[in-house]
Amino acid sequence: MSLYYLTAHELHDLLIKKEISAVEINKAVFDRIGSVEDSVKAYLTLTREQAMKTALEVDDLIGAGRPIPPLAGIPIAIKDNICAEGVRTTAASKIIYNFIPPYDATVVKKLADQQIAMTGKTNLDEFAMGSSTENSGFFATHNPWNLGCVPGGSSGGSAAAVAAGEAVCAVGSDTGGSIRQPAAFCGVVGIKPTYGAVSRYGLIAFASSLDQIGPFTRDVTDCALMLNAICGHDPLDATSSTYEVPDFRRCLVHDIKGLKIGVPREYLSEGIDAEVRQVFEKAMSQFELNGAKMEETSLPHLGYSLPVYYLIAPAEASSNLARYDGVRYGFRSEGAQDVVDMFMKTRSQGFGAEVKRRIMLGTYVLSAGYYDAYYLKALKVRTLIKEDFNNAFEKFDILLSPTTPSPAFRFGEKTGDPLTMYLSDVFTIAVNLAGIPGLSIPCGFVNGLPVGLQLMGRPFSEGKLLQAAYTFEQSTDHHKKHPEL
Amino acid sequence: MTQYETVIGLEVHLELKTDSKIFCSSSTSFGGKPNTHVCPVCLGLPGVLPVVNKKVVEDAILVSLALNCRIAGFSKFDRKNYYYPDMPKNYQISQYDLPIALNGHLEIELGGELKKIGITRLHMEEDTGKLLHQGTITTTPFSLVDYNRAGVPLLEIVSEPDLRSPEEARIYLEKLKSIIQYTGVSDCRMEEGSLRCDANVSVRQFGKEEFGTKTEIKNMNSFRSLQKALTYEASRQIDVLEEGGRIVQETRTWDEGQGITLPMRSKEEAHDYRYFPEPDLVPMIIEREWVESIRNRLPELPDARRERYVRDYSLPVYDAGVLTSTKEMADYFEACLNAYSSPKTVGNWIMGDLSRLLNANNLEINECPVSPVNLASLLKTLDEGTISGKIAKVVFEDMFATGKDAGTIIKEKGLIQISDEGSLSAIVEEVIAGNPKSVSDYRSGKDKALGFLVGQVMKATKGKANPELVNKLFKEKILN
Repeated sequence: MSLYYLTAHELHDLLIKKEISAVEINKAVFDRIGSVEDSVKAYLTLTREQAMKTALEVDDLIGAGRPIPPLAGIPIAIKDNICAEGVRTTAASKIIYNFIPPYDATVVKKLADQQIAMTGKTNLDEFAMGSSTENSGFFATHNPWNLGCVPGGSSGGSAAAVAAGEAVCAVGSDTGGSIRQPAAFCGVVGIKPTYGAVSRYGLIAFASSLDQIGPFTRDVTDCALMLNAICGHDPLDATSSTYEVPDFRRCLVHDIKGLKIGVPREYLSEGIDAEVRQVFEKAMSQFELNGAKMEETSLPHLGYSLPVYYLIAPAEASSNLARYDGVRYGFRSEGAQDVVDMFMKTRSQGFGAEVKRRIMLGTYVLSAGYYDAYYLKALKVRTLIKEDFNNAFEKFDILLSPTTPSPAFRFGEKTGDPLTMYLSDVFTIAVNLAGIPGLSIPCGFVNGLPVGLQLMGRPFSEGKLLQAAYTFEQSTDHHKKHPEL
Repeated sequence: MTQYETVIGLEVHLELKTDSKIFCSSSTSFGGKPNTHVCPVCLGLPGVLPVVNKKVVEDAILVSLALNCRIAGFSKFDRKNYYYPDMPKNYQISQYDLPIALNGHLEIELGGELKKIGITRLHMEEDTGKLLHQGTITTTPFSLVDYNRAGVPLLEIVSEPDLRSPEEARIYLEKLKSIIQYTGVSDCRMEEGSLRCDANVSVRQFGKEEFGTKTEIKNMNSFRSLQKALTYEASRQIDVLEEGGRIVQETRTWDEGQGITLPMRSKEEAHDYRYFPEPDLVPMIIEREWVESIRNRLPELPDARRERYVRDYSLPVYDAGVLTSTKEMADYFEACLNAYSSPKTVGNWIMGDLSRLLNANNLEINECPVSPVNLASLLKTLDEGTISGKIAKVVFEDMFATGKDAGTIIKEKGLIQISDEGSLSAIVEEVIAGNPKSVSDYRSGKDKALGFLVGQVMKATKGKANPELVNKLFKEKILN
């Protein structure tokens, strides 16, 4: 097997056995980037020098017989809406095409403490608004399994990089499915942790009450290692939780006997591809074979997730994105007559169509006279959706669904109609509204394209999701398949 | 002519003097070079998050308690959205529907009567930066922005429309300032902008219950301009009504130079701030125990201190009011009393010569060159008869100018009172001999003539003669 397709824990074993060096690992990955990046286009910025320097330091440590953290020297990509000090961070938007943060996101700092080798910053839909990475202000990323298809979004670059061997792990962000949907489309493991489990400090905000950072990995074990590295309270993020983070490696137990799994029927009704449904049913049988107790259940308000999301997320976004005005940093339109003209020209020229659509939508729903009917009502329905999940978790340890109703679609297939595009997140959005963790794991293929299985759990039950996913993974071999590039 | 009543409510913004800003650890200190007291958070760079400074909430609660407000058990921050280049995020983190405190009041004194002025609410928010123009905002070729003040904590205190004249409004603001200075959380300097005030003004015919249409007045930068602006605005509104016109609900700005208010924006042009709960901050649950521990830190407030002065020091209410109007003055007063036990005398000196010299030199009492101990020892010297009252005033001016104590100045300048009967007798006799006309006038019952004669002795002794003794000697020598 090629070095660039090994997992982080496999590479770590080789490193500490001194069978391989961190420099060799990083060379292999950057060589891989050299050969496939032109067709995948996962990265907006590469940080090869930085990665190589860290790799050398890690090799020195190993040479000196010193212990190294589990992710030391591992090539890891960061979504380009997460700030890294001194490295251009754009959120894939022309409006901050030249922004170089003078600070690290807490996640980046925590990974740096682990001495990871940061490979670069990955492509996304502008400000994480989209489901295909076609909304990037710079270029689209391609699905490594089929270059004519999208990798999903908004963390399409991160998912594609891990799937294509251009990084061993990656970090993304998930506001309505932006980790799980691309993980499903690209055949990798992705988790959106519980809201508050990972610090958002340094994540360029889209919708603050929904945004959460999480990892992309090639298997569940790596997922646990990444969570160990990035979870935990951060005094710089008032919404980050003070819960005690477990060692997630201890959750990697091949046993789910007696685990109670609910399958909400709303996920299997309309709009789901017949082939995706077949793959999902096969996965369900696997859980049963492993000893889980499966039962159908219901989340009655699930159908409101999409409309609720498209009121709350744009409302918060309209405010979060107000700061991009050309005054302090980023793009400023030339030749404005006065300051208002400068604001308008800068924002008209700097933002892409989808971002503008959501800013307008959000501004509208917060306006005097509409707030109660739209935003406030949406908050109330959000509470109902949360209660649906609470009720379900009274009875079940885990809820199971397909991650997406269909596999990766072709470029341009949904760009003409925003609503069709929004529907590709219909299975993932409720998890963000409820603030609970959701994990997507590969569970099969349809026409050569990966299909994802979504596991949902109670707040801060990431360990349980990992255990169930690990057991499934050990019983299947989907995670061992790689795209041919 | 119809009689009108003015109705005023004030919105006051106070800058708190915490060490760090409300949502980050940048310094709040005044006067740094532009954009030096900033960090990624208060500059609103992409990806940063606010974290509430606990001290700001404590200060807000302290002030709320001093203003008799009800402290919320549950409070949250909201975003107030509008575009302006002095705002790093183009929204201000403020409080909308669940402020930290509601329903307070303070008492003002009007012609000897106490009047309760309601306080609707008190909330916390962040200050904005400052725009710098070349010339005026409309003609400048470009503008610069200084974000040093962006994120400095502010308290907004909104009064009920309980004020019935521009003078009442000024007195309310002075009282509010006094109470807040007592709590020590703000300098309350209107000229430096740490205390800012907007006013809602309307007029109505006397006896009517319904409020008239109000205007909001901004840009009043001193107590004096507050009263002037409100007086102007009320009479402007009355003129409009008297001419059969209608008051337009609008925001107006006070033009100090012209002495008039000018329209800024109408109701239709008013911002829709699109308030919504700040998702980056979690709501605050305010524990009662915490509130009580803050209440224990409340100092004695001006009203209580004034009452104590009347009760314990037998001071007139007016004197007690003046002496307690600022914490610093009351502290000075009490420090004097520690060394000299006549409250009325100390009070007179502080309200008289001391205040006059402070005003003339534009000093605050905590900057007074005469320490309380030195003032007390001057008064003792006076009591002991070492110097006369007249000389004491001269000595005090010298103490104020040099910072030296009374004893030193009296010694250096040879100002000790002449109370030696023998030497004064000689001078008195000389004056009697030299002024036969005045002597006979006095003898024939013209008391004024005695004053002239005493004055001659004072002149001869450079004011050092003991006036009582001189009087006595003249009476003895002329009348006996």
